[in-house]
Amino acid sequence: MSAVDPTVVVLDYGSGNVHSAAKALEAAGARVEVTADRAKVGAADGLVVPGVGAFAAVMAGLAAVRGGELIERRLAGGRPVLGICVGMQVLFERGIERGTDTEGLGEWPGLVDELDAPVLPHMGWNTVEAPDDSVLFEGIADERFYFVHSYAARSWTLDPIGAFAHPKVTWARHGDRFVAAAENGPLSATQFHPEKSGEPGIRLLGNWLTTL
Amino acid sequence: MTVVTRVIPCLDVAAGRVVKGVNFLDLRDAGDPVELARRYYEQGADEVTFLDVTATVEDRATMYETVTATAEQVFIPLTVGGGVRSTEDVSRLLAVGADKVGVNSAAIARPELIGEIADRFGAQVLVLSLDIKRSARVPSGFVVTTHGGRTETELDALEWAHEVIRRGAGELLVNSIDADGTKNGYDLELVAAVRELSSVPVIASGGAGALGDFAPAVAAGADAVLAASVFHSGELTVGDVKAALRADGIAVR
Repeated sequence: MSAVDPTVVVLDYGSGNVHSAAKALEAAGARVEVTADRAKVGAADGLVVPGVGAFAAVMAGLAAVRGGELIERRLAGGRPVLGICVGMQVLFERGIERGTDTEGLGEWPGLVDELDAPVLPHMGWNTVEAPDDSVLFEGIADERFYFVHSYAARSWTLDPIGAFAHPKVTWARHGDRFVAAAENGPLSATQFHPEKSGEPGIRLLGNWLTTL
Repeated sequence: MTVVTRVIPCLDVAAGRVVKGVNFLDLRDAGDPVELARRYYEQGADEVTFLDVTATVEDRATMYETVTATAEQVFIPLTVGGGVRSTEDVSRLLAVGADKVGVNSAAIARPELIGEIADRFGAQVLVLSLDIKRSARVPSGFVVTTHGGRTETELDALEWAHEVIRRGAGELLVNSIDADGTKNGYDLELVAAVRELSSVPVIASGGAGALGDFAPAVAAGADAVLAASVFHSGELTVGDVKAALRADGIAVR
């Protein structure tokens, strides 16, 4: 992190919860703006893509602000992006919800579909299994985080490519095992809500800010 | 790895103040909602619920301000219920900082609302509040009421719980009108009956008065326990309740 607080844009595309994410990022030490302005999205040190609701609705919301293109441009330049909840799910190739099969942004291979568990949604505070070299979970790997979702990526199929750093995948379990977080070069994401996970959540966002 | 039992303080809000009453009547002032929510957050609350008990037009704007002010400093999920009648109401509450919305009477009046909210925002935002009274008039012995328990409907509570889940409710807030405000403990038979049929999380509400009241509700099947006056009065802290649950072998955060 540079001497001045990093700037973060929380992508504003009509998904709920953007202000909570913004306030939590401020608490973690960022200067935050909620916007979908192309220049600002491109110029910020970090971009956060929140997401609440249905996969298809989030994709439609993103399409309306050309969010996929904004994310793609940042990643092409190695500039950090953090997806949260459905904002993580849409990074995969496809999502199937209530019988609706929707194409995702395809940054990562694989499918998001319904968890197989006796009680859904998976709602509440759960533990995670983070790899030792995780940056996001540094110092907080034993904490609980707040999840609220019924769908998730239950497999991770992106293999290390050439000289690129291998992806760090964090798992959680509710019925099935699923991807709770991923760190893949400039692209990170969490299935849970760090902005709703109390102090550990603020620390996770702070850890992400150190990568900007 | 599994989710832990949640402890949820509930703040009944009227005209920007927290109120408390017995069996929904006789409202008394119990403090500033933002300040109380902040205190519960610091005590380790897993979520906070605001219930707009009057839900008049004037109070509505005050409630939005309360939610926004709370969401700026309390980094756990906030549920807001009371007077939610349309997807527009939901949209507005989410925009001001709510994470989940509680729906009660409007879903009874027009059950299609449940599906409309779930389709647009996802089932996880929708907490279906059930104000339930014991009654011999319906087969299960539990009837759905409205207006804070003053009006009995024709709906059998267990059949209605089944229907709201089928229509897209993401969670059930099971509030016993008989137990509410009595501090004699949760209605455990009611909690167990709803748990048995529910595929979504169940929050037990109504009747918590002592530390020993919480673990039985979890044993009866509650995923979360909600209480109001015991917290507002300062009789118990969220930390006290969690320590008691932990002592009974129930995992908490």
